[in-house]
Amino acid sequence: MPDLAGTRDYFGKTLVELGNENPNIVVLDADLSSSTRTSMFRKAYPDRFFNAGIAEQNCIGMAAGLANLGKIVFASSFAMFITGRAWEQIRNSVSYAYLNVKIAATHAGITVGEDGASHQALEDIAIMRVIPEMRVLVPADAIEAGQMIRSAAEMPGPFYIRMSRGNTPLVFNSIEYQYEYGKSKVIREGEDVAIMATGIMVYLALEAANELQKENIKVSVVNISSIKPIDEETIIQVAKKTRAIVTAEEHSVFGGLGSAVAEVLCQHCPVPIEMLGIQGVFGESGKPDELLIKHHLTTEGIIDKVKKVLKRK
Amino acid sequence: MITKTEVHNIMKYSCLIRRHILEMTLIAKSGHPGGSLSMTDIISTLYFYWLKIDPKKPLWEERDYFVLAKGHASPALYSAMAERGFFPVSYLKTLRQLGTGLQGHPDKRRLPGIEMSTGSLGQGLSIMVGISMGLKLDKKPNRVFGVLGDGECQEGQVWEAAMSAAHYNCSNLTIFIDKNNLQIDGTTDEIMSIDPIGKKFESFGWNVLTIDGHNILEIVSALEKAENETKKPTVIVANTVKGKGVSFMEHQLCFHGSPCTDEEFCIAEKELKNALGEITCQI
Ligand SMILES: Cc1ncc(C[n+]2csc(CCOP(=O)(O)OP(=O)(O)O)c2C)c(N)n1
Ligand SMILES: [Mg+2]
Repeated sequence: MPDLAGTRDYFGKTLVELGNENPNIVVLDADLSSSTRTSMFRKAYPDRFFNAGIAEQNCIGMAAGLANLGKIVFASSFAMFITGRAWEQIRNSVSYAYLNVKIAATHAGITVGEDGASHQALEDIAIMRVIPEMRVLVPADAIEAGQMIRSAAEMPGPFYIRMSRGNTPLVFNSIEYQYEYGKSKVIREGEDVAIMATGIMVYLALEAANELQKENIKVSVVNISSIKPIDEETIIQVAKKTRAIVTAEEHSVFGGLGSAVAEVLCQHCPVPIEMLGIQGVFGESGKPDELLIKHHLTTEGIIDKVKKVLKRK
Repeated sequence: MITKTEVHNIMKYSCLIRRHILEMTLIAKSGHPGGSLSMTDIISTLYFYWLKIDPKKPLWEERDYFVLAKGHASPALYSAMAERGFFPVSYLKTLRQLGTGLQGHPDKRRLPGIEMSTGSLGQGLSIMVGISMGLKLDKKPNRVFGVLGDGECQEGQVWEAAMSAAHYNCSNLTIFIDKNNLQIDGTTDEIMSIDPIGKKFESFGWNVLTIDGHNILEIVSALEKAENETKKPTVIVANTVKGKGVSFMEHQLCFHGSPCTDEEFCIAEKELKNALGEITCQI
């Protein structure tokens, strides 16, 4: 069994570190601070923590005001509510004005589980990605989440960072791993096919690649943790080498990672792509693992897609 | 006038519903007991005395419309629906399981009798206003009821809807604010004060009534007053206790989104059994 850790826990921890280093950092939440882990920052720096209550639109608006004054602002809630309810505030008050607001959302995707469809954000990457200036990041594990949060705090402008509810397998080693803004890293090399994955699918992609190795299928795995800006160079390079791509995401296949990769490749290196993700449907209540299986977001699901794309190669 | 026996009958259902809430969230290992318990007396008064509904005909043309704006309290609603005969009580055990009609938050496409899918706080009141406007447009006598959380009233949309309800004279609309003074991160006073909530609604043009949300007579009397109001929508500010009915759950933040343990359930079950015993003596 791999080590597990929560992206939201590393987010909370990193926020506290940042708060200690920089008095200019402020944090907002919308009555979910215990779930998003901004409660850690609230306890450490109560003066620099603001609870908007159950009012995501106002939360983003106040974040924009604080950022306008020169603060580095983190605003948190569940992915569904902070991107959904406050979308236009994010577009017009944050991104349009290019303000220093980092929207750090947790409980993204189908692994929200039992709460069901109303709480499962499967469209957030899509709706954040289309906003000009907005950067959209999805950590593959907790280690990357921590480094990503730090990097976002150090850079100007708006960010959307998408995290999970559950603890997820560690992909990276905390000492060796070096997150680089805007870069997609090839974390496994193979010339037959490439799996381009994001978030919790990265670990599963590595597992799938190991399984496929047994059948002598050589698989590259690319961690696309920066969905925007997208690392065109790496994606094109890998596509040129493998000539067959599978994308994997815990998000709708419409407008998410698959779409972003397809946008690059259809223009620069058209090769067959199979997209694994939620097939444009709402989620439902269930255990996270059951839901992942139902939607084929599993090692087997990835392997099926790889075999399918190889036939089209 | 409501009879004593009718009051005791409602109270009996409150006990049964409270037990269901605890049991179903225990089995599901998740869900929201605290805010379900605080609105139990309201939902049992509505489902076992007041609402014009027919469990055999969920889409009955003449029905009253009920929208649970604070959708996370679905265990209270599902329990009332089961006891009222919308589906077997045994089905409550499927709460939050894959494939169930009893989704974590009410889903109208999966469960007949659910008027509106909810779960995202702040949206319910607008839906109620829309239903109310449509009924008036069609000159129908049906009435619209709903329950909102007090924390939920922090959402701006609630006030946009409140403005509209008064503007369009939605006198066929009656809502309860389940004023348990708690949300997730703390008390509403600490997180984002909503008071004076009654005065706010009043200034928005509403008929405002304030009651003890655990007193059946007060709930019924408020519903009667709301029915007699011919111009304004009515809000019943129901002062409640989060976790009501189970000693160690009352006023506790931690039971907002977590069920009790097996041991706690045993204690709670005894308390509720005693309460039920006292009530049935009276019937
Ligand atoms: C738009 C939205 N934001 C956040 C949440 C998460 N959430 C679920 S319950 C809750 C607290 C609700 O408090 P209150 O309305 O007072 O309900 P009650 O105390 O009756 O449980 C929150 C923040 C949500 N469901 N919807
Ligand atoms: Mg409350």
